[in-house]
Amino acid sequence: MLDYKGIMTDYASRKEGIIEAYHAVQKELNYLPKEAIKAAAEAFKIPEKEAYGVATFYSYFSVQPRGKYIIRICESAPCHIAGADEVVEALEQELGIKMGDTTPDLKFTLEFAQCVGQCQETPVITVNGKPYGGVTKDMVPRILAEYK
Amino acid sequence: MAQEMHIVLKNRDKINPLDINDYLAAGGYQSLVKARGMAQEEVIEEVKNSGLRGRGGAGFNTGLKWSFSYNIKSDEKYVICNADEGEPGTYKDRIIFESDPHIVLEGMAICGHAIGSKKGYIYCRGEYPQVVDLLKKAISQAKEKGVLGDFDIEVRMGAGAYVCGEESALIESILGQRGEPRFKPPFPPVSGLNWKPSIVNNVETFANIPAIIHKGAQWFTGIGAKSYPGTKLLSLTGDVKNRVCIEVPTDTTIRDVIFHFGGGMRNNGQFKAVQIGGTSGGFIPESLLDTPIDFDSMRKIGATLGTGAVFVMDQSRDIVDVVTRISKFFEHESCGKCNPCREGVFRCHEIMKKINKGLATEEDLEKIQLLCLVMEQTCLCGCGQAAPSPILTTLKHFQEEYEQKLLPA
Ligand SMILES: Cc1cc2nc3c(=O)[nH]c(=O)nc-3n(C[C@H](O)[C@H](O)[C@H](O)COP(=O)(O)O)c2cc1C
Ligand code: SF4
Ligand code: FES
Repeated sequence: MLDYKGIMTDYASRKEGIIEAYHAVQKELNYLPKEAIKAAAEAFKIPEKEAYGVATFYSYFSVQPRGKYIIRICESAPCHIAGADEVVEALEQELGIKMGDTTPDLKFTLEFAQCVGQCQETPVITVNGKPYGGVTKDMVPRILAEYK
Repeated sequence: MAQEMHIVLKNRDKINPLDINDYLAAGGYQSLVKARGMAQEEVIEEVKNSGLRGRGGAGFNTGLKWSFSYNIKSDEKYVICNADEGEPGTYKDRIIFESDPHIVLEGMAICGHAIGSKKGYIYCRGEYPQVVDLLKKAISQAKEKGVLGDFDIEVRMGAGAYVCGEESALIESILGQRGEPRFKPPFPPVSGLNWKPSIVNNVETFANIPAIIHKGAQWFTGIGAKSYPGTKLLSLTGDVKNRVCIEVPTDTTIRDVIFHFGGGMRNNGQFKAVQIGGTSGGFIPESLLDTPIDFDSMRKIGATLGTGAVFVMDQSRDIVDVVTRISKFFEHESCGKCNPCREGVFRCHEIMKKINKGLATEEDLEKIQLLCLVMEQTCLCGCGQAAPSPILTTLKHFQEEYEQKLLPA
């Protein structure tokens, strides 16, 4: 188990460190377990519901377990008209899961995202933050192969 | 023929952004030295007289904003760079950082001197982890060289919330809280981070500062439109041939942006509409393309310059479908703090879906218009206030597309 208390104490010297601390936990686990939120509440001396409130406000944080690789598909208007729906379909088919779900081997999670600021080449997906632009359904297997 | 003009992007592709020596060799940090030799008031006057207005969307006079913070006595003041860049279709702040991070750091340090602040923050969106790394590197190089003097800059990474681009929400987020906008006044220049005077400016705004100090206010006022001088970065997306980021004088027309710099329509398509300023911007039809892009000209046609995103659509695009998608964006991004927005964006999306599926009547159109007017008037922050704009402007300019989808009367 990750040393949540240690991580939280590292960041707690600055009151505002909680978001950074959550980023640090997610870098290792891709989600924020209950214990991490509890540890944050203690270290930052705030009620647990507040620590939970911060964790659930931001779309990058998840309180549900997620896969090792988080694939986000931009659904904002420029990507939408460039065929994001087709890419969604291809990803769902290739991985055998629906948007929002995680593969049983805990490898991949599919999520919608709003614009990720790479709209010079639409549609865009990101895999653990790495952007891929101009994605077509034919490119999906090749991109996934990089992570298999 | 219209030409690009590079003030903010003057070092693009000319220097290595990861090497401060390149920036110094190109004359970098000279403006900071010059500013530090000037009285604080003098720097503020220069920026004020340049007529530079915020590039983050609201278009407020930058020097005037700085003077509010300068005029308050406080043991601490803050300079905050807004790099949240969450408006869909916008990627110009990323381009600035990737081309020339130090130009922004220099602009922030000049602001620090002007208002009397020793502490800066850059709030960078979570979608740009590479930019966060690059900025940390640039800051450590600047510290090593000692060019920033006693002005300190820290980077904070957001975590995927559009509303955190709103300045008071951004401040809440820096503090490690839910990024919900504050009630205003007080405004951040008076009472912001830790309730101390805080200047929040956009990346592009700060990037304009070194040149203004170097070349003077008068030089700047001579560029582009009179009431919104200088250049503007635009990021082109959609059905335009060249999807690029350009920097043009503010008197450039929309037509030139799309058909000259953008190279016209992709795949020989026919122009139908352009949405400028991001997803909260208005839709503009062919008949208004000769409008200059500056803030006030855009206002006059019921549109916005906003962030400078230029989203082009050809005749094959279904306006109602696009607007339905946009209303989903707002439903997702509303922070939920105030009632008209929390409920309003939900209902807007609901009605838009109904229209898009061909299940709506004339009455639904009337309802959504009324709802939009209420939201514009009563939402707490710019997010809810601007959410109706795509709906209202398309109802105005592309009404027949809505009519076509209604149930027969
Ligand atoms: C919902 C919302 C999102 C915003 N997002 C951004 C943003 O991503 N970047 C930005 O610079 N300004 C954004 N703004 C505007 C800021 O509140 C603020 O006006 C701006 O940072 C001021 O800087 P400027 O004067 O240099 O433009 C946003 C405003 C609203 C209401
Ligand atoms: S207008 Fe929307 S985003 Fe802004 S404070 Fe209200 S609920 Fe939050
Ligand atoms: S709209 Fe999809 S990345 Fe910007």
